Amino acid sequence: MDYVIEMLGIRKEFGSFVANDNITLQLKKGEIHALLGENGAGKSTLMNILFGLYQPEAGEIKVNGKSVKITDPNVANDLGIGMVHQHFMLVENFTVTENIILGNELTKNGTINIKDAAKKIQKLSEMYGLDVDPNAKIEDISVGMQQRVEILKTLYRGAEILIFDEPTASLTPQEINELIQIMKRLIQEGKSIIIITHKLKEIMDVSDRVTVIRKGVGIGTVITAETNPNELASLMVGRQVDFKTIKEEAHPTEDSLIIKDLIVTDYRGVEKVKGLNLTVRKGEILGIAGIDGNGQSELIEAITGLRKVKKGTISINGQDVTNKKPRQVTEAGVGHIPQDRHKHGLVLDFSIGHNIALQTYYLSPISNKGIMDYGKVSELAKKVINDFDVRTQGEDSLARSLSGGNQQKAIIGREIIRNPELLIAALPTRGLDVGAIEFIHQRLIEQRDNGKAVLLLSFELDEVMNVSDRIAVIHDGQIVDIVYPKDTTEQELGLLMAGQSIKEIEVNQGDNQHVE
Amino acid sequence: MSNRVVNILVPVISVILGLLVGAIVMFVSGYDPVKGYIALWNGIFGDSYAIGETIRQITPYLLSGLAVAFAFRTGLFNIGVEGQLLVGWFAAAYVGVAFDLPMYIHLPFAIIAAALAGAIWAFIPGLLKAKLQVHEVIVTIMMNYIALHTTNALIRIISDGGDNTGTIKETASLKSAFFESMTDFSRLHYGIFIALAMVLLMWFILEKTTTGYELKAVGFNKNASQYAGMNVNKNIILSMVISGAFAGLAGAMEALGTFQYANVKGGFTGIGFDGIAVALLGANTPLGVVFGATLFGSLKYGALNMPNAAGIPVEIVSIVIAIIIFFVACGYVIRYFLEKMNKKKEAK
Amino acid sequence: MSFLDVLYFIIPSAIFYAAPLIFTAIGGVFSERSGVINIGLEGLMVMGAFIGILFNLMFVDTFGAFTPWVSLLAAMIVSAIFSLMHAVAAISFRADQTISGVAINMLGVAIALFSVKMIYGKGQTDYIQERFIRFDIPFLSDIPVIGPMFFKDVYSTSILAVAIAILAWFVIYKTPFGLRLRAVGEHPMAADTMGVNVTKMRYIAVVLSGALAGIGGAVYSQSISGEFSHTTINGQGFMALAAMIFGKWHPLGALGAALFFGFAQALSIVGGQIPYIDQIPSYFLHILPYVLTILAVAGFIGKAYAPKASGIPYVKGKR
Repeated sequence: MDYVIEMLGIRKEFGSFVANDNITLQLKKGEIHALLGENGAGKSTLMNILFGLYQPEAGEIKVNGKSVKITDPNVANDLGIGMVHQHFMLVENFTVTENIILGNELTKNGTINIKDAAKKIQKLSEMYGLDVDPNAKIEDISVGMQQRVEILKTLYRGAEILIFDEPTASLTPQEINELIQIMKRLIQEGKSIIIITHKLKEIMDVSDRVTVIRKGVGIGTVITAETNPNELASLMVGRQVDFKTIKEEAHPTEDSLIIKDLIVTDYRGVEKVKGLNLTVRKGEILGIAGIDGNGQSELIEAITGLRKVKKGTISINGQDVTNKKPRQVTEAGVGHIPQDRHKHGLVLDFSIGHNIALQTYYLSPISNKGIMDYGKVSELAKKVINDFDVRTQGEDSLARSLSGGNQQKAIIGREIIRNPELLIAALPTRGLDVGAIEFIHQRLIEQRDNGKAVLLLSFELDEVMNVSDRIAVIHDGQIVDIVYPKDTTEQELGLLMAGQSIKEIEVNQGDNQHVE
Repeated sequence: MSNRVVNILVPVISVILGLLVGAIVMFVSGYDPVKGYIALWNGIFGDSYAIGETIRQITPYLLSGLAVAFAFRTGLFNIGVEGQLLVGWFAAAYVGVAFDLPMYIHLPFAIIAAALAGAIWAFIPGLLKAKLQVHEVIVTIMMNYIALHTTNALIRIISDGGDNTGTIKETASLKSAFFESMTDFSRLHYGIFIALAMVLLMWFILEKTTTGYELKAVGFNKNASQYAGMNVNKNIILSMVISGAFAGLAGAMEALGTFQYANVKGGFTGIGFDGIAVALLGANTPLGVVFGATLFGSLKYGALNMPNAAGIPVEIVSIVIAIIIFFVACGYVIRYFLEKMNKKKEAK
Repeated sequence: MSFLDVLYFIIPSAIFYAAPLIFTAIGGVFSERSGVINIGLEGLMVMGAFIGILFNLMFVDTFGAFTPWVSLLAAMIVSAIFSLMHAVAAISFRADQTISGVAINMLGVAIALFSVKMIYGKGQTDYIQERFIRFDIPFLSDIPVIGPMFFKDVYSTSILAVAIAILAWFVIYKTPFGLRLRAVGEHPMAADTMGVNVTKMRYIAVVLSGALAGIGGAVYSQSISGEFSHTTINGQGFMALAAMIFGKWHPLGALGAALFFGFAQALSIVGGQIPYIDQIPSYFLHILPYVLTILAVAGFIGKAYAPKASGIPYVKGKR
């Protein structure tokens, strides 16, 4: 069997932490090979080794059967290995052409020959149907387009093997479809592809074979056609996973959060929320489904007082909180698990105890006439650590030193222990492993069962489908529809998220049936 | 090795390396390092006068160190302590010269004027940082020069074109007859008590008050602080104002204690910039600042004995201080080597 | 004095005072464009000024009229080596770049004064015999109006300064080196994945800033002060830093800002001889560059943005 890439028995350590342990991955020519694993399983580390950003402690890499040492990205480039990074490696204020030629510039008399380079890129772009404008500035083009620039970067350098690191994370469903088309065209042109992902659906759609790693250890390789999502999931997690979250029927009562005709702009003054209406009732979990960038962040920030409302009103349990300060919103009975726990949720250089006091530090019994009682802070911290199973050496450990899951548990504990009437959970499980995800879902459901209102924002369709009692689909700053999980499918949700109405979907499905 | 031990070892090793480099420089330049350091030692501890003067020198260093450290703790780099010190110096001297008041009003008035002047001077970069996200380093550097030219111009105005405000009234003076008699008429003054009180104040604000909790939170993470309902802008400005007040007090020490006047200056005093070294060596803690100020104040004053006693230019001490800052700033490398050594030990 | 006479008088002196600022500010542009903050420009300039004078005094008999130029070269080399200290701290040792810059400033002054006292036994050097000289540029100086303003009695160092600024613009915006330099300052990880050696680029940039600040210092000491003491540079490096920021990290912007600040300095020094200007207290001219810089960074004169990655050490493999 001819392999273009063989990674054999790879081991990588960071200090005492073993990120990769005896992992083997073999890529055939002309195949799309998926690398599957949970967040933190060591997928990116493995690929960064292949791309020359890290050096392995043990193991061998072969390219076209020959043993090689990939000491830096230049070597990888020379070997025909290109990487499409998850966080795009693009200089924002450079043009597409400048980004692509960087490090490998076309010159004439010592100066950059930008015209010829742009022409070459235009040609490449047409050849693979990428439709990229070589003279556009990166900061002016869409996320999907930026990803194509990343692809062009590898092609410009003559890559034969392309590594895609979580390529669909921030794409719209259409963009995902287009990406799959692009990948297929690349294969037709004789390229080979490794795609890193933890999304089972994508793997089933696009890959030929799958290599699974779990907690840094290689589990094995399977042929996609001979497996199914359930088997892949249990390989990935290491035990049987039940994707359905168990919960009772919801018993919603009166309205808690009422949003009317809300308009919110982003930092540049562009309207991101455009006349949005939404109601969340006590005793229900309302999930917001949508593709990143459709106004979700601005909506949450507006509710919680972190962003100014341009027009419209927000009220919580009958209290008007429109354009109130974050603290006033909190005191109106809101708990907020923020979208980015490192940016908003935690002061990483504070102890975990100080962090648990972050919302109540100014109130009695912790603060008395401006003087802190750190003994009370410790008491509170111990309670949260105990009740919410936060694994830490103690309340004096730096928040930075905790794992993502435990950091998130501490945040959730901090918010829930205040017994808020409305709990807002924005991407509460992002980047966490399955165990932590299940724990957090249970806590959200518990709040609901206690008669509180819960607003859940998520980019993961499974999460929205499993946890919510109602789903509000957001598109382009508006709620386009509200559906019930039991009455809808992921396909329908996907189309709604892309901006189609239920009617259009029914018509289209009708058309499809005719064609078939 | 615990984190705490490493945190103490890094500055200690930096000081040792700094002194070592100083010795090498002296040796290479043809001076006798042993003689040099003995002269330095005698310059600091030689007699009661030297000890008095050394403590006198430490006094403004304590305050400029606190100023830098306080801002650092709240996430701001106040490189403008020098300018805030100059306006504080002028304000204290002006109040000391211009008013006739009983001591129990005059002295506090002069001291508060200095703190206020420093605070106002620091308020501007604080405001620009809070409202317009302008980096405080650039603004405070520029404010230093504006302070230098402004105080010089003001001294010329109040002295009718002269270059000195004249001596302050005795009612505004920090002079201490008691210290003078104890230290053979050194210029040691009561300001040292003010400086030490401020050390306690900084510790109290940061470690005991709710405001201190907020200031530290804002310093570490503005977004999370905003999320927690803190007024981030207010805290940034407050931090700069408190820092500036400490710096202004450092100026008051010179105006009301050491010199008893303010004069036109051709350049900076260096106390503000050395404050960066003090804070850095003291890891931005109040107690650390006491150690840092003691070390650098002693070195600075003791060095004055080196040209006479050993024929070595005083600048050797500035070289040593700069090298110490350099090593502390490169603490990452020292930590790295400490960890490596530690591992080897464990392996054995 | 007629208005034109005033211009004939003030413009050449503005350029005269601007030249050292231009060199140093361009040095700052290189360093900061690569993502390394360099507030050590002052110390590097001090070193250049000191070495310029020292070399000039020592070798004037050997090199005669060429002495200032040879001294300039020596100052450039020594300051470049001195700047390596900042490079090592900021790039390899991940030090806080502002603090490392402060150390460079302290060390520059300390080493220079230590050496002056060691060599001359007093706080300042002797005056140099051979300075940079002025000359008229043939033909161009005969052009009416413009000739006397820009081409009569000019220093060759001033011409060199302007040439360096234009060259820097060309290098930064037209060559592969410049593209990589800017990429490293904006998004070092992107540059790294494209095979650009971030560490090497940053070292080159910092050493370039040292070399140029050294030239700036030596030009100042050999054309303006004529000797070296602790007051010789006295903030010129910080003013160059201000010019770089006021010029929005662009070589030609820095050139313009340096010329403007040179103009303000010239006015504050020779303004007393000019009608009307002599009515303005020199105080306002002294603080003008600093006030303008604050206004510029505050966005009142068009918002200036520093390179995105400036001040952040690049650690391979860290996201």
